[in-house]
Amino acid sequence: MAVIDLANPTRFLTLVDRVLPWLAGVTALVFAYGLYRVVGAPDDYQQGATVKIMYLHVPGAWLGMMGWGVMTVAALGTLVWRHPLADVAGKAAAPIGAAFTFICLATGMLWGRPMWGTYWVWDARLTSVLVLFLLYLGMLALYWTADDPNRSTRAAAILALVGAVNIPIIKFSVDWWNTLHQPASVVRMGGAAIDSSILVPLLIMTLAFTLLFFTLHFAAMRNEILRRRVRSMRMMQARESDT
Amino acid sequence: MSPFLALLARDMRLAVRVGGGALMGALFYFIVVAMMPFAIGPDLNLLARIGPAILWLGALLASLLALDRLFATDHEDGSLDLLMMGAMPLELAVAAKAIAHWLTTAVPLIVITPVLGLMLNIDMSSMGWVALTLLAGTPALTFIGLIGAALAVALRRGGLLLAVLVLPLTIPVLIFGVAAANAALVGPAPFGPPFTILCALSLASLVLGPVAAAAALRQGLE
Amino acid sequence: MQLRGGDLACERGGRLVFAGLNFALAGGEALVVTGRNGAGKSSLLRVLGGLLRHSAGRIELSGGADEATLAEQSHYLGHLDAVKPSLSVSENLLFWTTYLGGPRGAAIRPALDAVDLAGLADLPAAYLSAGQKRRLSIARLVAVRRPVWLLDEPTSALDTPSQERLAGLMRDHLGSGGMIVAAAHGPIGLDGARELRLGRPAEPMS
Repeated sequence: MAVIDLANPTRFLTLVDRVLPWLAGVTALVFAYGLYRVVGAPDDYQQGATVKIMYLHVPGAWLGMMGWGVMTVAALGTLVWRHPLADVAGKAAAPIGAAFTFICLATGMLWGRPMWGTYWVWDARLTSVLVLFLLYLGMLALYWTADDPNRSTRAAAILALVGAVNIPIIKFSVDWWNTLHQPASVVRMGGAAIDSSILVPLLIMTLAFTLLFFTLHFAAMRNEILRRRVRSMRMMQARESDT
Repeated sequence: MSPFLALLARDMRLAVRVGGGALMGALFYFIVVAMMPFAIGPDLNLLARIGPAILWLGALLASLLALDRLFATDHEDGSLDLLMMGAMPLELAVAAKAIAHWLTTAVPLIVITPVLGLMLNIDMSSMGWVALTLLAGTPALTFIGLIGAALAVALRRGGLLLAVLVLPLTIPVLIFGVAAANAALVGPAPFGPPFTILCALSLASLVLGPVAAAAALRQGLE
Repeated sequence: MQLRGGDLACERGGRLVFAGLNFALAGGEALVVTGRNGAGKSSLLRVLGGLLRHSAGRIELSGGADEATLAEQSHYLGHLDAVKPSLSVSENLLFWTTYLGGPRGAAIRPALDAVDLAGLADLPAAYLSAGQKRRLSIARLVAVRRPVWLLDEPTSALDTPSQERLAGLMRDHLGSGGMIVAAAHGPIGLDGARELRLGRPAEPMS
């Protein structure tokens, strides 16, 4: 099946139905192995078991950024190639990316409590994730406000691209803002080199969460396609009874 | 169901359906408050000291800006005409809409306040008191803003006009809201007096807001 | 039951729309208001519905419910349909029925049947065409019994079968002792309706 065939939503649905159980299964297996390795991983000599929050926190940060990446590619697909599935992919990625960003923030706060003695400090990395989360909320608000999915398509694509261009600038300014106010005294997470006994489980967990992202993303795309079909069928119903 | 409850239920349903503005107020509040430290700096002690003021200003702006479309949509699609022709006094209809708006906009805003309090380094144990001042004070903001929303429709203008008309009227609410929140957090002044005045302001605007808004809508008839 | 307007005048934005208007209407009678654009047809209906103040004259409704004002005993069908797109067809109708004081636990179905929308009851109103929205708007006149119908160009956006159905509804309403004041450019399918021609403010006719 060529990639171009996937432009047809019906073919895509067939593919998703075939792939999704396997993808979900692989995700579960990798998760099982990853969790087994995480349990076996050593605790930090200072933080104790608290350091295990990292196995949730770091994948959350990665997937929050990857989610916006998916939306950016989808936005290009919408604006440049006018691919019929691109908009669906972008719309499906937004809430999932937002959820992972939220996981990163929430675990960051829980991790911060024992480390900083407070749930939140305006640490450069955490703050950047917060700004990413705000951007996601804006995107969700855009989808939420537009009652007609066809109208929100291009607006959301433009917002995704603007966000993608802006994220590095925001990241830079937040770093600069942070050093301006708190020169180097902040405890930085993961600053030092990580031992492989921690790194390998972390990579496996990141892979597991990435697989989970795509499982959810495919399922969400399928739901969105079906939702749009229901919508057009209901419109057809209204039109037919008009004659 | 009485007409009052029917209108209340309709407005709440519209707010939570696609295209409704139920969570927009809370979202705006979250963003405004989260942006303050970028201007002020991440000094946790300073943030803790001015935290209640930041929360209250954010809540004030969010409550008022979200009111912009309260009557405008009903005016544009002809619903407002029919609302005026019901057997129920227009004052009550206006109050029903305001209560629905408060429930869908201000309540989510109060619910997320503790999270924002964490970001501003406000002491967890007193966070409930700050949320309580918002619970007592936001009805006043909604019902005072109601007058502005009605005037904006009567004048066929929206947006910033509402804020310009109404913001000065909300100064007492801001004063006593922040005073009560500060009293709860740091003292030494007692919490009771400013909080009681805040409640009184809310109760008074609960009566005055609908009456003035209904009068403004009637004046604007065309 | 009688609706009577005496020496009515209306001003909008400093301009005299009409003046010295006289009409009387009894139960079971219809009044068709005609006139060129801007002659004040819509203004007259809005004055009767209490949505616009009249600058002079008086309006009397006798023989209706004692306490209720004319506005509370009137249905107003304006250019706008007062239909919320995100609510379903039946939710829209149920709201207006409850709000306008329809019978408790009002049956929505017969009213939707009367405008041929029963099949779409659960559909969001956003999917309706202009004509269907218009019919949904008309359904509330059927669902809530009010003696006076104020109709502003009621046939606009309606196709021929719908216009005939509306004419049938209007005849039923008149037959049960109701009154209709309708603004129209052309015939609206009411035989024996009286005509009120609005001309220039200086030369009112009745």
